[in-house]
Amino acid sequence: MMLDVQGLRTGYGRIPILNGVSFSVNEGEFIGILGHNGMGKTTLLKALMGFLPATGGRVMFGHDDVTTVEPYRRARLGLGYVPQGREIFPGLTVYENLRMGCSTQDSAEEDIIAAVLEEFPRLKALLDRTGGALSGGEQQLLAMARCLCGDPRLVLLDEPTEGIQPSIIDEIVETLQRLRAKRGLTMILVEQNLDFIAALSQRILIIQKGAITREVAPAELGDASLVGEFVGIAT
Amino acid sequence: MDLVALLAIQVLYAIASLALISVGLAIIFGMMRVINLAHGEFLMLGGYAAIVATNNGVNIWLSMLVVAPIVVGLIGVVVERTIIRFLYGRMIDTMLATWGLSLFLVGLTTAIFGNTTVGISAPLGSFQIGAYRTSAYTLFVIAVAAVVLAAIFAVMRWTRLGLIARGTMQNANMAAALGVNPPRVYAITFGVGAALSGLAGAVLAPVSGVFPTIGVAYVAKSFITVIGGGAAILTGTVSASALFGTINQIATFVTTPVFGEVALLGAAIVLIRLLPQGITGRFFRRGL
Repeated sequence: MMLDVQGLRTGYGRIPILNGVSFSVNEGEFIGILGHNGMGKTTLLKALMGFLPATGGRVMFGHDDVTTVEPYRRARLGLGYVPQGREIFPGLTVYENLRMGCSTQDSAEEDIIAAVLEEFPRLKALLDRTGGALSGGEQQLLAMARCLCGDPRLVLLDEPTEGIQPSIIDEIVETLQRLRAKRGLTMILVEQNLDFIAALSQRILIIQKGAITREVAPAELGDASLVGEFVGIAT
Repeated sequence: MDLVALLAIQVLYAIASLALISVGLAIIFGMMRVINLAHGEFLMLGGYAAIVATNNGVNIWLSMLVVAPIVVGLIGVVVERTIIRFLYGRMIDTMLATWGLSLFLVGLTTAIFGNTTVGISAPLGSFQIGAYRTSAYTLFVIAVAAVVLAAIFAVMRWTRLGLIARGTMQNANMAAALGVNPPRVYAITFGVGAALSGLAGAVLAPVSGVFPTIGVAYVAKSFITVIGGGAAILTGTVSASALFGTINQIATFVTTPVFGEVALLGAAIVLIRLLPQGITGRFFRRGL
């Protein structure tokens, strides 16, 4: 088992957001997480990355208990994070953003970046542009490429289609499917785009009021009543 | 013609000394958003470190260029680890803490060295420009400033440490998510900023002498230069130093040193009124 979360609790100050989240992820799995706005999807990923301190529960990453481990140590253990809003370094060039992604690696960063760029050919022509000058879609591709430069064992991907044009969404789906096949990537995907999450996920966890309440198969997302009840998003 | 050459050297010296006393503050403020009110005292400590080392038999060049930056850099790391790191993101608290540190350092140095000016002789003589003579040490200060600024540029632009520092400055959480240890970056950055302040204080010690409250004179000019320069650490420091140093020295040449200081402060007020984000908020935006 790659990730095992048991009874995870956290929040912002005194406001609890996660009230005992439990789930696990096996190696090579793509897990989707769906839920209404404000149910704790992004908070869950932040807590898994260590940006919010756990007030209860336990997070095991492989054989390591990372419940109280700092974010940079989790990254060094192999957790990758592509946050909502991308959080590209706006003043660094695309190439420098990718170099930042190599921070956990010992091997030559030129080779790592060259290999990652093969998966994201659109970025090859943009290497000298600053991150802040890219479109939203290009920033999303850069955020994913930057994450992969760290060769993560598990990627936490937060709403990658938010504000992205459809052609790039298709490109992201193809890229992630290819990466799963080539690299055996494991991923937790938080997303509101049902087609996107259904195309990529092997199982989908429904989060309600800060807890995982149900697991569904991607095919079940075609059931409008289920989607309305548990997700609150029109198909 | 000789007079023009002499004036040009004096203007360059004014620019260089402003850049030297400001660059440490610019790094600490620009990269960490910490307003270090003890910056002047770091400069003062650099001066004392050089004087004490020289008086104890260390070669004066080693005292100024090696001992002083190392001593003050280490003090900076200790200050960051014991005080500053608990106050990140709390600008007012940081100002109060560093103000308290400044008073403590003034009191401590007064207790140790007394409230008198001490100094060391400039290790270089003078040279002739036509009918005029000027100190060769002036050229040395200009050279040190040029080397320091070039070294900072090279480190920031071309080294992995510089890249990580720039990335962490822009988004510390994201840098951490990529495996960078921000507290370590902050400690190194604060230490480097303090070391540069120590170097500046030591290099200027033969010119100005050192006394416990000399930091007050340094800190005002440093803050004016950093705020006038704007967000880009290096480009801002260089451009603001060039502007204020030139105005200060020409006004001094035409009138008196006192009026030169007044002209510098007046120029700073006009600049901030016209460019609230500083020079690099409007120009040279992509500069380091």
